[in-house]
Amino acid sequence: MVQKLDTLVETPSQTAGPYVHIGCIPSFAGLEGVYPEDLGLRAIEDGAEGEVITITGSIYDGTGWAMRDAMFESWQADASGRFAGQQGADPKVNGFCRFAADKDTGEFTLTTVKPGATPTRAGGQQAPHIALWIVARGINIGLQTRIYFEDEDNSADPLLARIEQRNRVETLVAKKTGEGQYRFDIYLQGAQETVFLDL
Amino acid sequence: MSDQAYIDQGPLIPRNRAAHPVPYDPDYKTSVPRSPNQPLLSMESTLSEETGPRFGHSMLGPLDNNLILNYSKDAAKPAVGERILMHGRVLDEMGRPVPHTLVEIWQANAGGRYRHVKDGYLAPLDPNFGGCGRTLTDENGCYEFLTIRPGAYPWPNRGNDWRPMHIHISVFGHSFGQRLITQMYFEGDPLIERCPIAATVKSRSQLDRLVAPLDMAKARPLDFLAYKFDIVLRGRRQTMFENRMEGL
Ligand SMILES: [Fe+3]
Repeated sequence: MVQKLDTLVETPSQTAGPYVHIGCIPSFAGLEGVYPEDLGLRAIEDGAEGEVITITGSIYDGTGWAMRDAMFESWQADASGRFAGQQGADPKVNGFCRFAADKDTGEFTLTTVKPGATPTRAGGQQAPHIALWIVARGINIGLQTRIYFEDEDNSADPLLARIEQRNRVETLVAKKTGEGQYRFDIYLQGAQETVFLDL
Repeated sequence: MSDQAYIDQGPLIPRNRAAHPVPYDPDYKTSVPRSPNQPLLSMESTLSEETGPRFGHSMLGPLDNNLILNYSKDAAKPAVGERILMHGRVLDEMGRPVPHTLVEIWQANAGGRYRHVKDGYLAPLDPNFGGCGRTLTDENGCYEFLTIRPGAYPWPNRGNDWRPMHIHISVFGHSFGQRLITQMYFEGDPLIERCPIAATVKSRSQLDRLVAPLDMAKARPLDFLAYKFDIVLRGRRQTMFENRMEGL
């Protein structure tokens, strides 16, 4: 026998289910009056430094159906690469946003500032990106992915460099559709399956 | 370009996926088209996962963790149902408490009906029950909610599937990579064994950790019963060899 390790094991996840909205964004779900406003309504406040951008997209299940019930959370640095809570971070950038697929169309919209590059532990840099966490009925553990931008230099990003099938890199890169406008679609399965992360 | 230094509190301990539900489980039909087929891309955590949003007491209202009253806001109009205290601690894998972190819950009413446009179950809405609550853990990682025990409810899956009584829980931790949503079940509920969602957790000992025991030490006589539900989030690796100086 050996000594017992005293580390604990993480609590298992369970699906957020079809009614995640009433817990996380109740006003969006029509459950008014419990909180003054939903948490994470805005990634930024007026006056945030940097380029204000809008990202729209849909999340498609394995049948090609745009899911109507998904909820998303985003987390990102400000325009100079600082996260909320770090010294010198832009006080107008919350960095965190909660948003949901539209109940009729399945489309989501995120309005925020384009984040700056962020440092790595090894002394390098990560290309500008937004971390995304996705929950819904049928998703048993929240899915992590990232939104990069096609008009940024992504060539030295350590995470993108780890993707062996280079054609899959595109699944993490938002396409520019206009001034300050990007499109980012997410595919859970199939030939265009988005790269999901474990980090 | 970033002029920032890496503020290194150690990387997150990699997630033990065997401790979690399987993403694909044919008995839970919606997971079939909604589970990725390709392997996840694994890498050491970065600042994007090691930092995260923090929330303060200023956002909380006095009734936010009291689901019996937070919808009616009237002590004369409490929610219908068996009154319970749901309480526990939020810890990390190193056993350290996770203080001042946001815990959100949502649940069906005592009849098993959610206040949601998509829920058309026969059980009536309770005019005095909304079904959501939130709180921050204290400096020891402790949290509590006063609520009613939710009812079991049927759902369209296999021919006759029912959800055991459960409360949905969302926890932030201090890093975006610790983000977790789970469900608490109740000791003694025979529907747990029959639930295909609970059964997505393949490890028996891990499933047991989602079942809250009755906790009479916390129950208040003539008022409420108590159930204890501890939550463990991912921890961080930090050794004396972490944070080594340039050139070492
Ligand atoms: Fe539920």
